Amino acid sequence: MSALDELRQLRRGGVQVRKSDNKAAFWFLAPWFAGLLLVTIGPVIASFALGFTKYNLIQPPRFIGFDNFARILSDSRLHNALRVTFTYVLVSVPLQLACALGVALLLNRGLRGLAFYRSAFYLPSLLGSSVAIAVLWTQVFGTDGLVNRVLGFFGVEGRGWISDPDTALSTLIVLNVWTFGSPMIIFLAGLRQIPEVYYEAAAIDGASRWSRFLRITLPLLSPILFFNLVLQIIHAFQSFTQAFVVSGGTGGPSDSTMFYTLYLYQQGFSRFDMGYASALAWFLLLIVAAFTAINFWAARYWVFYDD
Amino acid sequence: MTTRRLATPAKHLGLVLIGFVMLYPVLWMVASSLRPGDEIFRSPGLILDGLRTENYTEGWNALTPSFGTYLLNSAILVLGCIVGNLVSCSMAAYAFARLHFTGKRWWFGIMLGTIMLPIHVIIVPQYVLFSNIGWVNTFLPLIVPKILATDAFFVFLMVQFIRGLPRELDEAARIDGCGHPRIFLQIILPLMTPALATTTIFTFIWTWNDFFSQLIYLTDPDMYTVPVALRSFVDSTVATSWGSQFAMSVVSLLPIFLAFLVGQRFLVKGIATTGGK
Repeated sequence: MSALDELRQLRRGGVQVRKSDNKAAFWFLAPWFAGLLLVTIGPVIASFALGFTKYNLIQPPRFIGFDNFARILSDSRLHNALRVTFTYVLVSVPLQLACALGVALLLNRGLRGLAFYRSAFYLPSLLGSSVAIAVLWTQVFGTDGLVNRVLGFFGVEGRGWISDPDTALSTLIVLNVWTFGSPMIIFLAGLRQIPEVYYEAAAIDGASRWSRFLRITLPLLSPILFFNLVLQIIHAFQSFTQAFVVSGGTGGPSDSTMFYTLYLYQQGFSRFDMGYASALAWFLLLIVAAFTAINFWAARYWVFYDD
Repeated sequence: MTTRRLATPAKHLGLVLIGFVMLYPVLWMVASSLRPGDEIFRSPGLILDGLRTENYTEGWNALTPSFGTYLLNSAILVLGCIVGNLVSCSMAAYAFARLHFTGKRWWFGIMLGTIMLPIHVIIVPQYVLFSNIGWVNTFLPLIVPKILATDAFFVFLMVQFIRGLPRELDEAARIDGCGHPRIFLQIILPLMTPALATTTIFTFIWTWNDFFSQLIYLTDPDMYTVPVALRSFVDSTVATSWGSQFAMSVVSLLPIFLAFLVGQRFLVKGIATTGGK
């Protein structure tokens, strides 16, 4: 059962309380409570407060009201960063999940060598977020890179995929699609949960392969698809390393790989404009929360729960 | 039925082809790291004329201190994070899975929510806090959050695992007079080694790869970890020395690859049961 199912269940059943457990629970959870205060929820609240200040770490924070938030509305580089990030998220996540589902369907149902294939397809998701792979991508999609070598072999003239503002983002999208292995494994686990008898019954009724997929696999897999969608969207919003390395930290060429996170990094940790960076952080939280909320709302119309 | 007999070999062919195309760049990087620098642009193939290791020696010593220091720094950091996660997450998981305390649903909901909290949202005030207590350019800002169970993903993974253990074991121990600390240490913990193994391997890989927070907290070259050093190396070299860049990239990926080989069983299980990150 996934974390999302857990959240769904939470609204339902009551849990009985054993008063004698409270003391033990406090001690077992003491590190976690401290973490909540100092590392997670505490900073979320603090960044809200810092968002109303001008602060460069050296002088004490100075209250400036809504200036940082007003700046969000008028900052055209930020608006470009939003456009880049939305494009990245909305293009790469569906492509990645389509690949994950497609390969999972191919691998399903006792194919020989399943374990081997599964590992081979999964490996890129472990490597994908590393600096090393970003370095590789810089070469592969460079003017003298591997892609252009291969294209040249077929007589197609390539270009500097990463140095061209029109294609730089696409190379990062390809990189995200490349890491489809981890949602693929979740799909595989979900596919295994679908009882074989459904397919047998459908086959007896003469259902075509396509209609079996549409009427059995897809509805029964929809909670898993939903789960993957929510997580991969949140994950894609946080992409940073690849854009940073490929563009040498600039988000270039001409801001075409300027992810929201990269812009936030530049404001906070290159220019030490901590107040604005905090406002940006809060804005990011709102965006991610809004996307997740829309996802949950839309789920009512397409996600099918068997229980 | 002929289509069926043809379908399986066709499937295998397709899968092998997809896998090959996907892994080709990585294989090519390994091959290229063993070639003389000027050949990288000319050879899109994998076959080598001989093994040339000068890219490795060149890359290893390109920065001061040498790459050995960065590997050691990453190893220390990873070790700290693993220990932190194992101790703190298993404790929190025991409470959520086995204790019936006041407000449990609330706290559990918050814990699940923090799995989805992007680090970028909390990094600024966190940095302000850690820089004020002088922790910048130490591993503490990277390890202490792990000791405080903030990798909620692992708490959740362990909660799932503990729920699957028979409650009769705890009940029997309780009747024999065991308190919660002993039930946790002597009954639950030994039984949850698979979950601990999964946590270890994921923490290893994610910490080893993590760039964002290490870039922010480690700015002194002596404290650089592998990803930060690799990036600074790439930034400092001209585009012609791909050989040594590839060599150090391969060095930085090797531990991940080994962890993958050793632990893929746990990785696949971990993702399949909890849904990965």
